[in-house]
Parts: sequence; structure tokens; C-alpha cells
Amino acid sequence: MNDITSIAFLTSVLAAAIPAGTAILYACLGELLCERAGVLNLGVEGMMLMGALGGFAVAYHTEQAWLGAIAAFAVGGALASIHALLVVSLRANQVVSGLALTLFGSGLSAFLGRDLVGRPAPASFGKVAVPLLSDIPYLGSILFRQDALVYVSYGLVPLLWWFVFRTRPGLNLRALGENPATADAMGLNVAALRYGYVIAGGALAGVGGAAISLATNPGWSENMTAGRGWIAVALVIFGTWNPARAAFGAYLFGGVEAGQFRLQGAGVPISSFYLSMLPYLFTIAVLILASRETARRRIGAPAALGRPYVREERG
Amino acid sequence: MTQPQPAAASPEHPAVLRLEARAAPSQAVAVLVSIVSVALALLVGGLVLLASGEDPIAVYRVMFTGAFGSRSSLAETLVKTIPLLLTGLGVGIAFRMQLWNIGAEGQLYLGAIAATGIALFVLPDAPASVLIPAMVLAGLAGGAVCGAIPGFLRARLGVNEIITSLMLNYVAILLADQLVHGPWRNPVGFGFPGTEQLPDAAWLPRWGTTRVHLGLAFGLVAALLVWVVLRRTRWGYEIGVMGGNERAARYAGMATARNILLVMAFSGALAGLAGMSEVAGIGHQLQRNLSPGYGYTAIIVAWLGHLHPAGITLVAFLLAGLLVGGDQIQMSMGLPAAIAPMLQGTILFFLLGGEALGRYRLVRRSPSAGPRPRAEAR
Repeated sequence: MNDITSIAFLTSVLAAAIPAGTAILYACLGELLCERAGVLNLGVEGMMLMGALGGFAVAYHTEQAWLGAIAAFAVGGALASIHALLVVSLRANQVVSGLALTLFGSGLSAFLGRDLVGRPAPASFGKVAVPLLSDIPYLGSILFRQDALVYVSYGLVPLLWWFVFRTRPGLNLRALGENPATADAMGLNVAALRYGYVIAGGALAGVGGAAISLATNPGWSENMTAGRGWIAVALVIFGTWNPARAAFGAYLFGGVEAGQFRLQGAGVPISSFYLSMLPYLFTIAVLILASRETARRRIGAPAALGRPYVREERG
Repeated sequence: MTQPQPAAASPEHPAVLRLEARAAPSQAVAVLVSIVSVALALLVGGLVLLASGEDPIAVYRVMFTGAFGSRSSLAETLVKTIPLLLTGLGVGIAFRMQLWNIGAEGQLYLGAIAATGIALFVLPDAPASVLIPAMVLAGLAGGAVCGAIPGFLRARLGVNEIITSLMLNYVAILLADQLVHGPWRNPVGFGFPGTEQLPDAAWLPRWGTTRVHLGLAFGLVAALLVWVVLRRTRWGYEIGVMGGNERAARYAGMATARNILLVMAFSGALAGLAGMSEVAGIGHQLQRNLSPGYGYTAIIVAWLGHLHPAGITLVAFLLAGLLVGGDQIQMSMGLPAAIAPMLQGTILFFLLGGEALGRYRLVRRSPSAGPRPRAEAR
């Protein structure tokens, strides 16, 4: 482990990058759906925290990790519905409502989780080796000795890609975010669909939180997501609203996070505080790169992102 | 498609209640909405407390008396008003321009780092008349740099300032951690991470026996300054226009990129001053956990204060009370102080909802008004 140039070290970093990236990936895919529908939700951090707490609390009491994940899904969706109510029905400012959701989620999770801090997890998602595939040299131990939530996310990424770019409802989803007036004229119920996607996005963010509290760091502590929700929002931009590219970004990120921890563990003579800055500095670098790329390829955010849809103004 | 009659509920949704824009939201409605949202948030917070087995009345009573009940508790509330006022003003002026600076926390830390550096390593022997102004300038500059980075990236490259400013929060806090654990650590600090104490000349004068310090004057002067800038200067006018419609501002010949950079730097400078006054007025050293999230609460301060300097000043005082009250219930009842941010988030939800209802009004519409013809929809 001490030789940071060895293959074994690299494999272990990559194997740790996948689960670390998975938590961000769920949140990122959720935000992607929401933004594709034209709604910006900056409450990802709050929804992840509540998902992490809800998932851990249910798993703690039922000793069933899967029930925890389902609870996280429900909690994330429930929180997102507050945002949907405020920004879709009441047409409130999306930025401020999302910030309120983050503040609310982090405060409420800290309050409700006060008795669960430091409790050991009786149930969590352990590593499961996939028969045969896990025996592939290097790749097997990186990709196929992971927990169940990772395997679910392997399926979710192509599924969402196919849904967004190759199906009729996916086309409708894109229309919602690009031009809701057209979507309305197509006979779509803009408000109801936006509610649906905001809530689905929140549910995925909740699962992202549970991927931390039930898999990578089983347990609960205040603010345990440490900004990963915000990183997920940044990765949606980096991934140019494309699930496949978002997945690439999330694993890249997982790599930075895992690499940073391993370097600390390997006793690299760089202060751990500087190493801990890496994911955040990396996010800024990634956004700068993304801005150059979106300018060059003329791909940008969904045109109606962040704007409430009011029919009589367009009709 | 132009209908003389506003579109009614669609046939799939035969709702009879709908939102209709008001001609102009009145000032009275805005104030009423703020008060009602605080009240409703306290109600919801009370239900959460009740559901988790606490007595909400008792909790609120402890919070209230802890914040406003005596001379000393009132003084403590004023102490916490200082950083909230300064960061709230900074965030507020950026929000006016639709620049979502949520990096006030990091800007506060960088201001504190710069001011501490000046006092400990550059001018350790200077008299107060030199040292305090120098620290003020350093604090302003530290915060301004931290705010200008996302401002520059937004103005020149179109990079989303929300995320870059937030990411710098983590970076600035880790930088402070690194300094107090590493190069700036007090060698005789008994293992506590923190710098040496600042020289006496760096301490901001206090009011009597309380902890209320000169930073309060900084905050009030800053509020006045922001008001003057917004109301009486060309720059303030441009900020207002750009917040309304950036493209219109550009066509009118305003230097939008330069204004974005300047406003973000100004916004950061105010937060940096908050960091300086925390170090020079309260801690007298740079330490871990310098701020319990003032930079985030600032967002609520700014929005609840309707982005107006007077409103921000008032709300900073009230939310400072909420923070002091939160600390109080932690100390005397053993409940987590996280109740305060939870209530803040709830207040903001109700405020947003209430503002929408203030901007629009709920209209009852009889079905006979008829749904809009939707022949074009199929």
C-alpha cells in the first residue's frame, strides 16, 4: 500500500472510486431529470442528507438495508415535493427555494438524527462479488466486487440515457425544459409532469444519501454528505445534461475522493487539509472546462431552466 | 392564440381556484407576509418538536428569553448580529443583481485569515490606530478576492457562480484549518488548534462589560453605505437594471462583465469584514469553527429583509436572536442547536410561498367562465 505507483494501489483506488462516485451519481441523475424538465433544484444537499438519515434510521430499526434505501427514496421525494409546490405551483424563485431546501434538510436531519450519531449500522449494503465477472483480472475487482446500490446504478445510467434520448416520454421531458409553451401546445400537462420529475429527482438524491449512510460510510453523522450534493449539481453541468457523461463525471469525482483518502493513508507528505481541498478545487476546474466546451459545441442548459411556466404570458 | 380572457383551468384540471397576478404587490402585504411566514414556521417547528417528544412552548420560551430576555442576552444577540448583518448585506447586494453568491462563509474565513495574518506577522508591534485600519483593509481585501474569483469566472467564462462560490467555502475553511493546525499554530496552545492571541492593539474596543464590539458600527456603517450606493449612485442604478434584465443593461451600454466582477468583490469584501471583526472582536485569534454558518444564514437574512439594507439590519438582529436562542436550548435543555437552521429553512419556505401569494391573488372562478378552447392542443 505504501508504493503509490503500484498496480495494486491503482486498482484499490479505482475500486474505491466506484462506490464513492455512486452516491454522487444517484444525486446527479436525479438533478439531471429535474433540470431537463426545466426546474433547477439546489436542494440536493439537503435531500441527500435527509435520505442518508432516513435510510440509516429505517435500516437501524428494521435491520433491512433495502428498506432503508426505499425509505431514503421516499424521503427524498417528499422533500422535493415542497420545492415542486413552491416553484411549479406558486412560481417562487427556484434558486432561493432550493437553498431553503438545503438549509432545511441539513438542519432537520441534524435535529432528528441527534440520537443516531455514532451508532453502528446493524444492516448495510456489503460488497457482493458477481460470479465469473469478478474474476476478470483488475477490472473484475474494480467493477464487480461492489455493493448492490452500485449494481443498480450500473443499470440506471443506460436506462435513463435511453429514456431521455430514445423514447417518446423522454422527448416530452426535453420539451418541458426547452420550451414548455410548445409542450403545453402538444397537450402535455406541464405542471403535473414537472411535479413528477422534481419528485423523482429528489427521490434519487435521497438514494444517493443512503448510498453513503448505508454503503460507503455506514452510520450517521451531521452533514455527512460534506458538499457532495453541490458537487452533483456541478456535475450535471459538466455532464451537459447527459446521463452517460454525468456518470463519467461522477466516477472521476469518486476517483479524486478515493485517491485523496488513499494518498493520506499512504503517508504522502502533503497536508491532509490540502488533499481534502482537491474535490472542491476539481469541481471548479471541471466547471471551467465545461463552460469552454458548452461554448464551443453550443450545447447549453435547457432553455427554460429556472423559469416558471405561466401559460397566459405565452398563450 | 391571444385570448382576451386569461386562460382558465384546463379541462383535465377543473380547478376553481387559480392565481392571478396583482397589479403591484404592496409594501404592507410584503411586511405582513414576512411576519406570517415567521409565525407559521414557528408553528411547524413546534409540531416537529412535539412529534419528537419535546415541549414546544418550553423550548420557545427558553429560546426567547435566552435571546432577548435580559441585558446580557440582548448583548449576545447584538454580538451575533454583527456577522449576520455584514454577510447579509454582501449577499443581498449580489442577489439584487441576480448574482447568487452563496460563498459568504468562505469569504468570511478568508477575511479572517487575512486580518489575522496582518496582526500576527506583518504589523505585530503597530499601535491600534494603525493596526485596526490595516486589519479592516486586509479583511475587506481577503473577502473581496474570494468573491472576485467566482465573479471573474462568471463574467469572463460564464461559469455558474452558485457552485464555484460554494466550493470556495470548503476550500477557505480547509485553508484556515491547515493554518491553525500547521504553520500558524500556537506552539504553546496546549494542543488546541488555533493561532497565538492577537496583540492587544488588534482587539476591537468593547461596549462596557459586554462582548458587543466595534464591529457593530462597521455593520451599521456598511448598511448605510449600501443604501447610499443603491439609492444615490449610478452604480447602484446599474445593479438594479442588471438584476431586472441583463440584456437590456448591456444594450444600454452598461459594462455588465465589469459590474459582475465588482459586485461579487464588494459582496465578498463585506463578508470578509465580518470575518475580520469576528477575529478582532470576539476570538482574538484564528481558530477552527470560527463561524457556525453565518454565511449561509446570510442568505435568509438577505431574502427575509427583501434585499433592502434596513430590512437586512432588522432581520439580522432577529435571526441573531434565533441563533443565540438555539445555543441556549443546547446548553440548558441538551437539544441540538440545529433547531435554529431548521427553523430558518422553514421560515424561508413560508416566505417564498407567501410572496407568491402576495404577488398573485387567489381567485375563485366559476366554471361558467369556461375553459379555454383547446382545439390546438390535440
